Amino acid sequence: MYGRGLRTLSIATVAVMGIALGLVFFYAPLEAEEGFLQKIFYIHVPLAIVTLCGFVIGGLLAIQHLRTREQRWDMRSYVAIHMSLIFAVGTLITGSIWARGSWGHWWVWSEPTLVSFLIVFLLYATYQPLRFAIEDPERQARYASVFAIVAGAFVPLNFLAVRLSTEYLHPRVLGSASNLPAKMQLTFLVSLLGIALLYATLCKYELTAKHTRKLLKARSKILGFR
Amino acid sequence: MILIATALPKNSNDGYVAAAYIVFFVLLLIYVAIMSVRLSRTERAVRKLREDAVERSETPGQTRERETV
Repeated sequence: MYGRGLRTLSIATVAVMGIALGLVFFYAPLEAEEGFLQKIFYIHVPLAIVTLCGFVIGGLLAIQHLRTREQRWDMRSYVAIHMSLIFAVGTLITGSIWARGSWGHWWVWSEPTLVSFLIVFLLYATYQPLRFAIEDPERQARYASVFAIVAGAFVPLNFLAVRLSTEYLHPRVLGSASNLPAKMQLTFLVSLLGIALLYATLCKYELTAKHTRKLLKARSKILGFR
Repeated sequence: MILIATALPKNSNDGYVAAAYIVFFVLLLIYVAIMSVRLSRTERAVRKLREDAVERSETPGQTRERETV
């Protein structure tokens, strides 16, 4: 069910990621101020964008679960959030490395983008403990969906609040994408596509594995082996 | 990776850029390793299920015994 097209998606992901890496290191010009350090942005920013989109998608899938009461939507919502959490760890680490290189500090508490992303990450870090603290599967799915919707709504609000704040130091990439030189813009977009494809592939992989385990458990139960 | 390493200009920021990309690939690798462990566990369970099914089909009496226990 979930495994269909996984191979094609995986091949496409590897190809686009390979092209993106090639563009980052051999095609994109060095940035005037940041120099070589700016290359981190081709991985850090796409990771952050895909992470936040993944959280919102998790919320949308949770709405679908509450509307239909079908378990597959809950499973999809769970996987979207689970994968976004992993990507969020990558975002935080690559961001910290960039901050150290650029600002001389691993973390700057007065920087709103960093702190707001950490808040979103910590919020979602409570999703899994909350989910698995509930034993009844139906209640677990329902409560998790409510959490995913509320937290999913918080993500764009949080993003907007940071954007509207005047005191920021964090470099803007999305707002000034049109100001980027064409070569940098192309590299950034290919990197974003690569990371988005990676996210989709890993979600599909995780869903396939979960579905297979579930089927296996059901078959074992029917046959009375366990 | 070797190709990329040779393309790196030699300056003080090399390490940070390399570290960021390495962290990303290590994270990916850890995830794939965890998934492969899970996959091999599932594979073992499928094999066990198949063996049990074959065993049951070969000795129908055993099934009844098991069920009564």
